[in-house]
Amino acid sequence: MLRDYAFILIFSAIALSVPILGLSIAWLLRPKKPGKIKNATYECGLETFGETWVQFKVQYYIYALIFVIFDIETVFLYPWAVAYNKLGLFALVEMFIFIAILVVGLLYAWRTDALEWV
Amino acid sequence: MQFLDNLFLNISQVIRNLVGGFLPDWGVEVVMMTVAAAVLVVIAVVTMMFLTWMERKVVGRIQDRLGPNRVGPFGLMQPIADMVKMFIKEDITPREANRWVYNLGPIVVVPPAILALAVIPFGRGLSGADLSIGWLYLAAVASTSVIGIFMAGWGSRNKYALLGAMRAAAQIVSYEIPQVLSVVGVILIAGSLSMQRIVEAQNVWFVFLQPVAFIIFLIASVAEIERSPFDLPEAESEIIAGYHTEYSGLKFGMFFLAEYISTFAVSAIGATMFLGGWRGPVLPGWIWFLAKTYLLVFVVLWLRGTLPRIRVDQLMNFAWKVLVPLALANLLVAGLIAAIINPAETPGFWTFIGFLLGNLLLIAAVVMVGVLRAPEMEASEAAVVGAKGALAGQ
Repeated sequence: MLRDYAFILIFSAIALSVPILGLSIAWLLRPKKPGKIKNATYECGLETFGETWVQFKVQYYIYALIFVIFDIETVFLYPWAVAYNKLGLFALVEMFIFIAILVVGLLYAWRTDALEWV
Repeated sequence: MQFLDNLFLNISQVIRNLVGGFLPDWGVEVVMMTVAAAVLVVIAVVTMMFLTWMERKVVGRIQDRLGPNRVGPFGLMQPIADMVKMFIKEDITPREANRWVYNLGPIVVVPPAILALAVIPFGRGLSGADLSIGWLYLAAVASTSVIGIFMAGWGSRNKYALLGAMRAAAQIVSYEIPQVLSVVGVILIAGSLSMQRIVEAQNVWFVFLQPVAFIIFLIASVAEIERSPFDLPEAESEIIAGYHTEYSGLKFGMFFLAEYISTFAVSAIGATMFLGGWRGPVLPGWIWFLAKTYLLVFVVLWLRGTLPRIRVDQLMNFAWKVLVPLALANLLVAGLIAAIINPAETPGFWTFIGFLLGNLLLIAAVVMVGVLRAPEMEASEAAVVGAKGALAGQ
């Protein structure tokens, strides 16, 4: 059990070393000749115009909020699913209640046009 | 065959005996884990190189071209030529960019893709770590990939990059919900989150017990890894290349590394969860596993060669108004049938019939809803097109 998580730790370190190692080697090999025009922001050949870091469309925040709700509820579904065959009738009733909560949430978001992309 | 089946386990035993001679027990464990991790990382990089070749070859054939055929036999050396090019290409950091975020983006985006390989069972007893929470780990790791993408898009300080990053964030979080919901049915039947246990539970492949879940999983996974027809975050024709517009050389290569490893990873997860993983007659398990995984990889490439890119409002509507309700309905059906026939005790055949009937009912219900709502959908689509036309006319 602990061995598995130790492996994940070692694996994370090695996985992180792939881009770091690769980019370091590329840094040694590649030419470095920056120029004023070369380092300009790309925008179809024209000078970039106006502010780039603008305020996000509010729609993205709403999707993020709905996502958080659903993702957390799904995480709670996993232990229930694992133990389903051992719980019997209780699990079935529980499932109806839980999915009803999810569906009510989804319907509410749907009815209030939170899911409309405008 | 027995020998081939246990090939990798035997090799690991040989290494274990070799180091066991002059290291204490915990030292042997650390060496073994490091070797296994390094092998997995090498597999990831080689897979990525092979997939770039395979994609160009397959899409080339679909488009009636030959694909790469100059460098080496069948163009197989093409990925190596590309790699050399990426290593020696000049790197450009835009003046306006936030240097830290811009340079960290490609570094953050790679590890989540590679980390997914840790729990995938390549064969019987052949996985880096057989976590008891295997699938939960995969979902958690996969959802962190959006951070690197967003760092890249934000740090570039480029309008196309920022648009691409915003689209990517919205898309990845939206399609994660149907993806994680569709797997609940599988976990319910298998009674475990561990990938090895899920494979062992598949006396009947879960694709036959949960066909609707498999389709939802496939669609949501293709959207999660931003491949066509869901490649809006990197749509070349509208936002140039999305979040990696400003990147060049190996930094650009890092995004491709992540994308191709993710493609392999979700195909491997699909093969493990729904197609019986390493189980199969005669041939060694790891050959079965690779065959099934590459079948799914081929399907993903095939989708790219066949379907046009969809619109952003269609993308979000499809996730929340079609896939999420469908995944919830599928979960309901799976729960009801599992309550009537306990899949752990019923023989495979009757489990199969029960779940098949349930899924057929579900598909019939979906078709009915589709037919009933068709006029309404057409009206709303006409409204969208009309509004676009009015805007264009201004």
